[in-house]
Amino acid sequence: MTEHHQHIKLPEGSIEKQTTTLNMGPTHPATHGVFQNIMELDGERIVSSESTVGYIHRAFEKIAERRPLYQITPLTDRLNYCSSPINNMGWHLTCEKLLNIKTPKRVDYLRIIIMELSRISDHLICNSIVGVDAGAYTGFLYVMQYRELIYEIYEEVCGSRLTTNIGRIGGFERNFNNTAFTKLEKFLKEYPSVLKEFENLFTRNRIFMDRTIGTGGISAERALNYGFTGPNLRAAGVDYDVRVHSPYSSYEDFDFTIPVGNTGDNYDRFLVRNEEMWQSLNIIQQAYQKIQEFKGAEAEVFHADVPEYYLPKKEDVYTKMEALIWHFKIIMGEVDMPKGEVYNSVEGGNGELGFYLISDGGRTPFRLHFRRPCFVYYQAYPELVTGGMLSDAIVTMSSLNLIAGEMDA
Amino acid sequence: MALNNETIQKKLVEKFGEGFFQFEESYGMLSFEASKENNLKVLQFLHDDETLGFRFLTDLCAVNYPDQIGRELAVVYHLHNLAENVRVRFKVFTNIAEPDIFTATKLYAAANFMERETFDFYGVNFVGHPNLKRILNVDEMDYFPMRKEYPLEDQTRVDKDDEMFGRG
Repeated sequence: MTEHHQHIKLPEGSIEKQTTTLNMGPTHPATHGVFQNIMELDGERIVSSESTVGYIHRAFEKIAERRPLYQITPLTDRLNYCSSPINNMGWHLTCEKLLNIKTPKRVDYLRIIIMELSRISDHLICNSIVGVDAGAYTGFLYVMQYRELIYEIYEEVCGSRLTTNIGRIGGFERNFNNTAFTKLEKFLKEYPSVLKEFENLFTRNRIFMDRTIGTGGISAERALNYGFTGPNLRAAGVDYDVRVHSPYSSYEDFDFTIPVGNTGDNYDRFLVRNEEMWQSLNIIQQAYQKIQEFKGAEAEVFHADVPEYYLPKKEDVYTKMEALIWHFKIIMGEVDMPKGEVYNSVEGGNGELGFYLISDGGRTPFRLHFRRPCFVYYQAYPELVTGGMLSDAIVTMSSLNLIAGEMDA
Repeated sequence: MALNNETIQKKLVEKFGEGFFQFEESYGMLSFEASKENNLKVLQFLHDDETLGFRFLTDLCAVNYPDQIGRELAVVYHLHNLAENVRVRFKVFTNIAEPDIFTATKLYAAANFMERETFDFYGVNFVGHPNLKRILNVDEMDYFPMRKEYPLEDQTRVDKDDEMFGRG
């Protein structure tokens, strides 16, 4: 024992040092993404913490300044990749606001179905990962096949699963087919019992409660000051939801409640997300009902009539000159946008996802800024974990729903 | 009394006087501009005033206008009054040679990362910021990449010679 000690050359001053420095990340299993925390530990207690982000920065805002509107949609996929459709539609809604496009009701309802499905898949991942990080792997496995079902619905609607690039300015690229609706019905029928089972595993589980109650808490005032939005803000007791405050895509036609917590701790965040999944299910049911009420020609509408921005039908592109020209113009981005400045936001999976678009009348944005919710609230992380245990910091990190892709743009 | 754009405008003019701001409205959102020395005074008033109560900083970013000599950089604040559900946009302009602007971190903790990001991409120097260093780019970077002086590669092809296509 003593022999070993003689071989170790300790750096100067390290004997006196009372705390341990721990590098969590950039590639740590608990970060679920690429970002780093440098923590100063006294035993297992965190004395201070510093966050580093930017490991997967891809310069989306710069790239977007050289791209026509449609080519920006795939960039938004890669922000919060757990709920890409919300990002895509948020972007399309921003374009529609700039271009003054009104979408038909059926399009709005179809969009809401997809957006709420993505909210469910986003919360599902987040909540089940909280379970995994607290040591309960089973819940994660129970719910995974229903995320798969959601992805299959995306696949029917747009052809891809994770980075969806779903929809167009003005609506969808094609109507929902029967398989999509059948799968949706299956989801609506089977998912409630699965979610119930998931809740049974966690909500009143003594160990889970002990791990999450009172850890990573934040007051409503601090949360607002830190720019929290989404479930994290609501868990702290502020009932701010973009869907209600500034309704987009006809959310005003739906009847749903906004769950709020009061302590803003990990347990409240978990409960708020769970309840939001029930509410999303409720919204999807209402939307599906409303869609079935459309009759005749109205029941076939899946996009607004905006020939300057909506790609013509493929059959027409191959057979008609006009359609071919417009197809080319839209794809190559040869349509000038109106001049203007617009800020538009949607309720993303983890908060207010905003798009600040400045157009100088050209074909590409003069400036496009993404308000990424988790980039904004991640700065509160040191405050949330300082003074707590290291193992609680892990749960706090996953319950904040931090997505590296969104954080780093 | 519900808070609307006219009330906000009236309140601001009352406090700071005529000609202090340039107002405009785009897509329903009130947008106003003040000189950069006064950004903190205005933000403080917007934050503290009982009727205005813009206590939520939604977004902070910069824009580069290379053609506007002397006011090449704009810092844009998006503020939100959650109780009344009103948003405003507040801008300050600065010249690119001395891009010094007072930090808003004391008022809004949310401004910390946002200002670091703005510094990182546009080089806006936020005076008084507790930790103004690069956030998304590498620390060794010695330029500010979002400025318009660094254009992206032109997407139109130059390697295609028209002669090869019988059009020369």
